[in-house]
Amino acid sequence: MAYAVGVDVGSTQTKAVIVDESKKIVGRALIDTGANVITAAEKAYAIALADNGIREEEVEYVIGTGYGRYRVTFGNTQVTEISCHARGAVHIFPNTRTVLDMGGQDTKAIRVTAGGDIFDFCMNDKCAAGTGRFLGAAANALDIPLNQLGSRALQAEKAVKISTTCTVFAESEVLSWLGKGKKIEDILLGVHQSIASRSAGLLRRVGIEEEVSFTGGVAKNIGMVKTLEDALEVKLNINEDSHFMGALGAALFALDHILASRSPKLAAEI
Amino acid sequence: MSPEEIVGRGNKDGAALFRQWFGELEETSRVGGQAAYVFVMGSMAEILRVFDLPMVFPEINSLQTAIRRVAHEYLNEAEDYGYSPDICGYVKADVAMQLRGGDHPMGNLPKPSLAVLTNACNTYIKWAEIWERMYEIPVQVFDIPGTRQAGITTTAGDTSFNNDQRYVAAQLKELISLCEELTGKKFDVDKLRQAMDYTNQMNKAWQRVIDLNKSNPSVFNALTEGTIYLGVSNGFRGTEAGARYFLDLQEEMEYKVANGIGTLTEEKYRLAFVGVPCYPIFRNFNEFFTDWGGTFVNSTYLWFASGGANRGFEYDLDRPLDSLAEGMLLSVRDAMDSMFYQDRALLEISDSHAIDGVVFHPIKSCRTVSTGLADGRRSLMSQRDIPSLFIESDMMDRRVVSEAQLKNRIDAFFEGLAARRLQAAA
Repeated sequence: MAYAVGVDVGSTQTKAVIVDESKKIVGRALIDTGANVITAAEKAYAIALADNGIREEEVEYVIGTGYGRYRVTFGNTQVTEISCHARGAVHIFPNTRTVLDMGGQDTKAIRVTAGGDIFDFCMNDKCAAGTGRFLGAAANALDIPLNQLGSRALQAEKAVKISTTCTVFAESEVLSWLGKGKKIEDILLGVHQSIASRSAGLLRRVGIEEEVSFTGGVAKNIGMVKTLEDALEVKLNINEDSHFMGALGAALFALDHILASRSPKLAAEI
Repeated sequence: MSPEEIVGRGNKDGAALFRQWFGELEETSRVGGQAAYVFVMGSMAEILRVFDLPMVFPEINSLQTAIRRVAHEYLNEAEDYGYSPDICGYVKADVAMQLRGGDHPMGNLPKPSLAVLTNACNTYIKWAEIWERMYEIPVQVFDIPGTRQAGITTTAGDTSFNNDQRYVAAQLKELISLCEELTGKKFDVDKLRQAMDYTNQMNKAWQRVIDLNKSNPSVFNALTEGTIYLGVSNGFRGTEAGARYFLDLQEEMEYKVANGIGTLTEEKYRLAFVGVPCYPIFRNFNEFFTDWGGTFVNSTYLWFASGGANRGFEYDLDRPLDSLAEGMLLSVRDAMDSMFYQDRALLEISDSHAIDGVVFHPIKSCRTVSTGLADGRRSLMSQRDIPSLFIESDMMDRRVVSEAQLKNRIDAFFEGLAARRLQAAA
């Protein structure tokens, strides 16, 4: 049995996924990226291998993705996270036509064809507003753990309007609403709605076609899922492995290489 | 002629002409001579040649600071002086150059004695007002009527076109009077005919050069080499050297076509570029594409920044002023159309140049060329099944150029093109 690996080195977290020849996930890892990108990639890879007792020599192909993809020094090649998230989402939800990936530093809206190829994509530009970092800033200002943001937001009675589009200024705006006596939950819902609004804008630029799959770390946030569904008026595909979708896509591309290597004609085309 | 002598000649000769041009400008500055400040979209070069007025193109000066990686020094200086970070980077680099007494990486450049501009860009008008106040110089703004309605293009013989032509001709006469007054020289119509004849030769050859890039492999990169050709087409319009250059360039391109000499070892993807190049990382930006086997075979820049040379319009030397007005009207209108009604032109080149993908490149500091790009893209996508990429940076300001983000998007674009090709082959 040969294994294929995808390592997604993101700005906040590094993910690794191992798939077998039947495309089943047989190992995974999720760690903070930290300051040393190379070490993060190596560590995530090692944890994923250990996850199911897979030996390194059983791995035939490794693809790096994410902003640190060129720092996956043990990898065979690199593929952008745009392609990888689309590939992963279509694998998990085959009827996916639109993907929204929300990561720590960027948000991607991706349109895919019925064949799973990328038709168009759009990302936030040189600004982290509308990304996970925006939520992080709010969590920091309100002193609430990230994993509680969504559930607290859903307890809101009336969302405040977060007008800023800047992650840095978001913190001061949140504090100013606190100063005016607004409930934390109402502020949080406002933050989520602000992000959902920006994400909806990105999605509209590529055109929203159902099914829409939501990937990336923020997909774990139930408040974000709810506000996005309200803003888009569509039901989002969410998977417990949403966080790993980029790494999974990379692993699937790696598997393509393994299978193609057994067919010289295909290998020449890849 | 050996391949070594002809292949690459356009780039080499273009660089030599640039050095010559800026050397002459430096000499003008040194002796305190007169100079006309003009713009790429309607320079009125043929008239200015009659009066031997050296031409300074502030847009070209400014982009040179970016290519030479010193634009940020000029931008910072202009911003320190009070100009907003949000306005045109070309303007700010020029303002800083004026504040430095003409100091430019390519030499000390003369102050303006006259500014000639058109309404093709709204910023031109405010820009010239700066010189007007700094130096108390005359400014002539040409009001060139644009396309009234999308899809309706008037031509010679139409009543409205003829009216427009007379309107432009009257403005040309005003410029002649102004130049006579400024230089103390009498207008010489034969000299005008000579300049127009050189422009005719240049235009015809330039149009042929663009046409030759339909070949596979393509014979020049519209983004990189095209920018050199554009520089010569502006700086040497109406001169024998300019005509000679483009005739030689045509010969080079015909040679390359005949011998199958392309710009890349392996041309995998033929691309069209829409917008203004990313000059702060000019070489790297192009390599993001060529690394994948992508090359630009045409661009809207070749049209709107060539002073209309791309149209191949031929002046009628028997009626020079009327014909000059007609050519000016057509070329400036075309330049404006290539920004505002670009979808028709993109459809044309997508078909004629066998385009695999279109790259739209809006820039932060020029809303004029950037505003309609998203609509242009949508229009193209609705009419042709051609993948496109939308990336934003700037033509001057490296503070808003993120190489990692650009590369990420460009890589994803090519991954999509590769997947698409693989699927088509399956």
